[in-house]
Amino acid sequence: MPTESTTPENSSATAASTAQHGHHVVIPLAQPASAPTSEPTGRAITVREFSSWYGSFQALKSLDLTIPAQQVTAFIGPSGCGKSTFLRWINRMNDTIPSARAEGTLELHGQDLLAKSVDVVDLRRRVGMVFQKPNPFPKSIYDNVAFGPRLHRVYTRGELDELVEQSLRSASIWNEVKDRLHASALSLSGGQQQRLCIARAIAVGPEVLLMDEPCSALDPKSSLAIEELIEKLADRYTIVIVTHNMQQGARVSDQTAFFFEGRLIEAGSTETIFTTPKNKQTEDYVTGRFG
Amino acid sequence: MATDRSTASRLLTNRAFLTVCLFTTSLAMLVLAGLLISIFWQGFGTLSWKFITNFASRKPAEAGILAPLLGSVWVCAICGLVALPLGVGTAIFLEEFAKRSRFTRIVQTNIMNLAGVPSIVYGILGLTAFARLFGAFGNNTEDALVFGDEESLLFFRLPFGSSVLAGGLTLMLVILPVVIISTQEALRAVPSSLRAGAFALGATRWQTVWGITLPAAIPGIMTGAILSMSRAIGESAPILVLGGLLLVFNTPKNLMSDFAILPLQIYNWAGRPQEAFHALAASAIIVQLVVLLLFNGLAVLIRQRLQKPLQ
Repeated sequence: MPTESTTPENSSATAASTAQHGHHVVIPLAQPASAPTSEPTGRAITVREFSSWYGSFQALKSLDLTIPAQQVTAFIGPSGCGKSTFLRWINRMNDTIPSARAEGTLELHGQDLLAKSVDVVDLRRRVGMVFQKPNPFPKSIYDNVAFGPRLHRVYTRGELDELVEQSLRSASIWNEVKDRLHASALSLSGGQQQRLCIARAIAVGPEVLLMDEPCSALDPKSSLAIEELIEKLADRYTIVIVTHNMQQGARVSDQTAFFFEGRLIEAGSTETIFTTPKNKQTEDYVTGRFG
Repeated sequence: MATDRSTASRLLTNRAFLTVCLFTTSLAMLVLAGLLISIFWQGFGTLSWKFITNFASRKPAEAGILAPLLGSVWVCAICGLVALPLGVGTAIFLEEFAKRSRFTRIVQTNIMNLAGVPSIVYGILGLTAFARLFGAFGNNTEDALVFGDEESLLFFRLPFGSSVLAGGLTLMLVILPVVIISTQEALRAVPSSLRAGAFALGATRWQTVWGITLPAAIPGIMTGAILSMSRAIGESAPILVLGGLLLVFNTPKNLMSDFAILPLQIYNWAGRPQEAFHALAASAIIVQLVVLLLFNGLAVLIRQRLQKPLQ
């Protein structure tokens, strides 16, 4: 599978890891069909021989993966396979767990995310996150969206109003809340709360959006609204979504990576993974035979 | 062989437990009501505006509680103003900033133990630390260093002696562990998903605490503060050790003023042989209850202010 990410200097390393684990996979880069004007699409996140531990437990074993920019990449796999752990490394949320550590290469647009010098505050502005359960702050709808931008700089009232409106529009929730921006965010339904959380995440202007099972706490109708939103947002953001719902993964993502027991078993275009997977385990999982 | 539990017997158990709970609750209510009724019965007659605006006197008919009332208010205000920032700050450090280590465990255990130390011990500590400043100015506790005019609000001296400042700080020592522990509980009750949400937006630890965790914890913190202040206003032992006075004929003018406090006045009157003073003690208890209610009301008001109501 010749891709631009298999460069000469790391080919020997990857070859070694392939020989060792037999799962070296690189997501082939899709051609940027719709967004020729934006920054050179290509790889957003590069992962090489990435391993991580919680104390002595190895949660991730030598991952190799490339996540393309401005596409939706889905991580699938049974519970405890390490997909959420990996997601939480991309914005260094694992820093809050004292026993968590990682080795290997994890780069965002060429910047080493594991380096000591990385400013996690700035990183998390560039890499937004949406959680499994909607977690709006116990503040007004407006203040929820304005919280992030206010952390990073001082805005005039007008600028902030505009930013809040834009973010809520982008998250397809503006029409539902425009008349009650100063009502409590907790008065919204679960699906609305999750879209508010997405609005909150994009208000700080990230490049990447990480979504950790964003629909698992929602009813089917709300899930559908989130899925449509994800498709819309993929024009502007690199989206990485962890999902337990196979149909959802198949519907929303361009690329799919299958994790099992801390290893990346197979990755590729969603169509390939779901129709003609190379690996037996992948096939068993996507056809619902286990997991 | 498993037998089905009959619905009738389960309902009976349910009703029996309800009865027991009602009984224990009403027992507590009865005792409290009895206490309040007997106090009002004894003390209502001598309660008058004069009683509140007069100083102490040997004649029961002229005795009043102006000095201990204002003394209690001053001491409790100082106590609250110092204990809240210190206690909340310590709790925030321990819960939100400090890494779990041997050091924080030791600190934590010590705070737990301090909450159980008899208050009279704090009185002795307060006497040494605040009234005498560890003897840094010699054994003579009288004004070693004096700043300003004794009559002015800004009058200050070292060591503090048995002044309202020393009293307030001593009571602060008594309630500090309680404030810390209740604030920690309130912070722990804030769902960690809210912190994660703030961190994920690029908030620093401080921004997360100030913007999210603290506002969410305010109701719990204020509840702890109310309980602590109720304890402070009722404490008499530490002030007794500190040298709180009974016959004070002026109200506190500044932080260095002499003072009396209500619980000591009540104790003094209740211990006298004359019936008339017992009635005064009951009246003073009524006043103390009202002051306590006012303090609590203030805390509730602050709590509502800080929790901006959302429609």
